[in-house]
Amino acid sequence: MRRRRAGAPLRVGCIDAFGWRYADRRMDHLDLFRQMARARAFEDAVAALWRQGRIAGEMHLGTGEEAVAAGVVAGLRRGDGVALDHRPTPVLTALGVDLVLMLAEMLGLEAGLTRGRAGHMHLMSKAHLAASSGIVGSSAPLGAGFALAGRTLRPGAVAVAFFGDGAMNQGMLLETLNLASAWQLPILFVCKDNGWAITTRTDAVSGGDPVTRAKAFGLPAADVDGVDVWAVASAAAEAIDRARRGRGPSFLRARVPRLDGHFLGDALVRAARSPAEDGRQLLGDVTSAVLSRTGGGLGDRARSVVRLLDLMRRARREDRDTRRDPLERARSSVGEGPAARLEEEALADVGRAVELAGRGA
Amino acid sequence: MARLEFGAAIDHAIAEAMARDPRVIVLGEDVHTLRAPLYSRFGPRRVLAAPISEGAFMGAAVGAAMGGLRPIAELMLVDFLGSCLDSLLNQAAKVEDFTAGEWKVPLVVRATCGGGYGDGGQHEQALWGLLAGIPGLSVVVPSTPSDAHGLMAAALRHDGPVVFLEHKLLSRSWLEFLGRGGRDTVTFDVPPGGVEGEVEVGQEVPLGSAAVRRHGSGLTIVSLAVGVHRALAAAEALALEGIDCEVLDLRSVRPLDRASVVASVGRTGRLLVVDEDYREFGLSGELAAAVLESGLSPRYARVCLDGTIPYARHLEDDALPNVGRIVAAARSLSG
Repeated sequence: MRRRRAGAPLRVGCIDAFGWRYADRRMDHLDLFRQMARARAFEDAVAALWRQGRIAGEMHLGTGEEAVAAGVVAGLRRGDGVALDHRPTPVLTALGVDLVLMLAEMLGLEAGLTRGRAGHMHLMSKAHLAASSGIVGSSAPLGAGFALAGRTLRPGAVAVAFFGDGAMNQGMLLETLNLASAWQLPILFVCKDNGWAITTRTDAVSGGDPVTRAKAFGLPAADVDGVDVWAVASAAAEAIDRARRGRGPSFLRARVPRLDGHFLGDALVRAARSPAEDGRQLLGDVTSAVLSRTGGGLGDRARSVVRLLDLMRRARREDRDTRRDPLERARSSVGEGPAARLEEEALADVGRAVELAGRGA
Repeated sequence: MARLEFGAAIDHAIAEAMARDPRVIVLGEDVHTLRAPLYSRFGPRRVLAAPISEGAFMGAAVGAAMGGLRPIAELMLVDFLGSCLDSLLNQAAKVEDFTAGEWKVPLVVRATCGGGYGDGGQHEQALWGLLAGIPGLSVVVPSTPSDAHGLMAAALRHDGPVVFLEHKLLSRSWLEFLGRGGRDTVTFDVPPGGVEGEVEVGQEVPLGSAAVRRHGSGLTIVSLAVGVHRALAAAEALALEGIDCEVLDLRSVRPLDRASVVASVGRTGRLLVVDEDYREFGLSGELAAAVLESGLSPRYARVCLDGTIPYARHLEDDALPNVGRIVAAARSLSG
C-alpha cells in the first residue's frame, strides 16, 4: 500500500488538460492524506495511553510532522533504508509498520515490535530497514551507512535520514553532510525544522541556516513548507529520483510546527500555559534569584528575564497551534467529505490496534 | 543547616561559587531554562545556553578552563557522553600529565545518570565506571542532598576535571522533567532519604572519601547513589535474618577510597558490590581487585547491571539492582 512503482516520481502540482492526469493526482492526494490521518490517529492514541501512565518515559510525538513523513515515504520502495530520530512514529506508520506491534512495544509488552526492549524512542524494524535513535544527530551517519549498503548490495536503493533543526548543530551530522557529498551517497537528508532545540530557540544558538549549510557541502538543497504535503512529496520525489540514478545526496528542509512541545508534559509548555499553577515554582525561583543581593549587573539580569519571558510567550503561542496543522491544510485539498471518511477509517484502524495490543497486557 | 532537595542542594553550591568567583560560569544545553534562577541572577554572559553540540561546548569548556575560567559544563544526560568523549578522554584528562602538573583544567562536568523511570537504554545509563577508567578525571556520584552539595562545592574548588553525576531518581526536578511530565498516573521507586534532607551549607565533602551509612560486622555492601538506599533497605531485611551488614557509600568513584573499603572488608570478610553500572570491566571488578591487592581474600559477590537497560518497566526493575537481588546475593555470601 505504501510503495509507489519503482522509481516513479509523483505527479503532483502539475494539473494539465487531461482528465486521467487529474484523476491520478487526486488519488495521490487521498493516499497521502490517508497516511497523515493514520499517523495522527495513532499518535493521539499514544498520547492517551501515556497520560494513563501505561507508556513510560519521554514521549516525543511527531504531531505536526505528518506531511513530511507521508510526503517523503511516498517516494520510497522496498530495500530503501530509513534512519529516524526520537519522533519516528509518523514515518513508521507511513512505512506500514504494524500498528499493533508498535503499540505493544510502547506498552512494554513481550508482544511488541522488539519485545518491549527498545521502547518508543528506539523503534526499529529490520524488515523495513528502519531504525530510530534518541541521540540527536545520530540518524545522519546511520542513514549514510544505509545508503552505502544500499548502493553496494541493492543498486538503485536509497536512504533517507530524518532529523530536526536542533540536530543541525551536531558535529556528527555536519560531518555526515560532507561524507555523503564526498562519497556521493544515495541519500536524502530531511531536516524537520520546528524552530526548537528542546527548550531553546534554534536561531538563538545557530549561525547560518540549514539550507545554506547543506549547499556549502555541495548538496542540492530545497526549502519547502513542511505542512504542505504536496510540496514535500514533489521535492522529495525529485531528490530520491536523483539518488536512485546515482547522482548523489540531497538535502530537504521542511518547516513544521511542534504541536505538542518537546515531549508530552513539556515543563516549559506547561509553565507557559498555566503560569499560576505549573509555572508558579519556576516564576517564584526566578523572582527571588533576580532579587539576590549578589549576582550579575542589572542589565544582565534584565536580559535574562526578557529572554525567558519571550521563550514562554513562544511556547504558549505554539502549543497546539492548529493554524499550521498539516492535516488542516491537506483537508481543504482533498475535500471535507473524503477527508472525514479517511479520518474515520484511520480512527477505526487505530482503535482496533489499541484493543488488540491491550489484550496482551 | 537548610532543608533542601537534591537538585537545589547542587544549585546552591553553584550559586555560592558564582557569587564568590567571577571565573565560574555555566554552559550547556537548555541551561537558561533548566537553571533559570542562575540564568536570571547572573545573566546570559555567565550562564550560556549552548546548541545541541556536545563536542563543541564540552571541548570549549576544556579550553575555557585552560584559559583561566572555571566552567561547569552541563551534559544533560551522561549517555550523551558519546558525542563528546574526546574532550574528556583526550583533552581534559591529559593536560595536567602532559605538562608535568603545571597546567590544570578546573572543569566540572555536571550530568544526570541512572534509570528507574522507563526511558530505555540510551537515556538511563550510569557510565561512572567508564569515566573513572580514565586517569586524570575525578568522578563523584552523591546519594544524599548533603553530599550532593558538599561534593559540588569541593568539585568547584578542585583544580582538575571533575565529572559530577546526579541520579535522576534522586532529583525531583529531573524525574518530573523526564519521567513524570505532570502525570499522577505513574509511580517510581524513589528512595526518600536521597531526595530531600538537611544540608550544611558551604560544607565541602572531600573528593575520594567514602562514608559508612550503616555499621555491621557480617558483610560489607559497597555501593553509591541509588544503590546505597537499596542496600540500606536490604540490610534492614537481612538484619531480621541475623545477617549484619555494613553499608559503605563510595561517593567518589575516582579517586576511590580503597582504604575504607579494605578496612571494612577486613573486619567482615565478605564483600558485596551493588553497582547500577555495567557488571563487566568496571567498578565492581575494580573493588574486587582493590581488596585482593591489599592481601585480603574475602567472599565476594556483585549485583550490577548485566546488559542494555530494557524499556519495559518490569524488565527494567529486574535489570537494575533491587532489594530482592541484594538480599539474595547477601544470603548466598553468608551461607
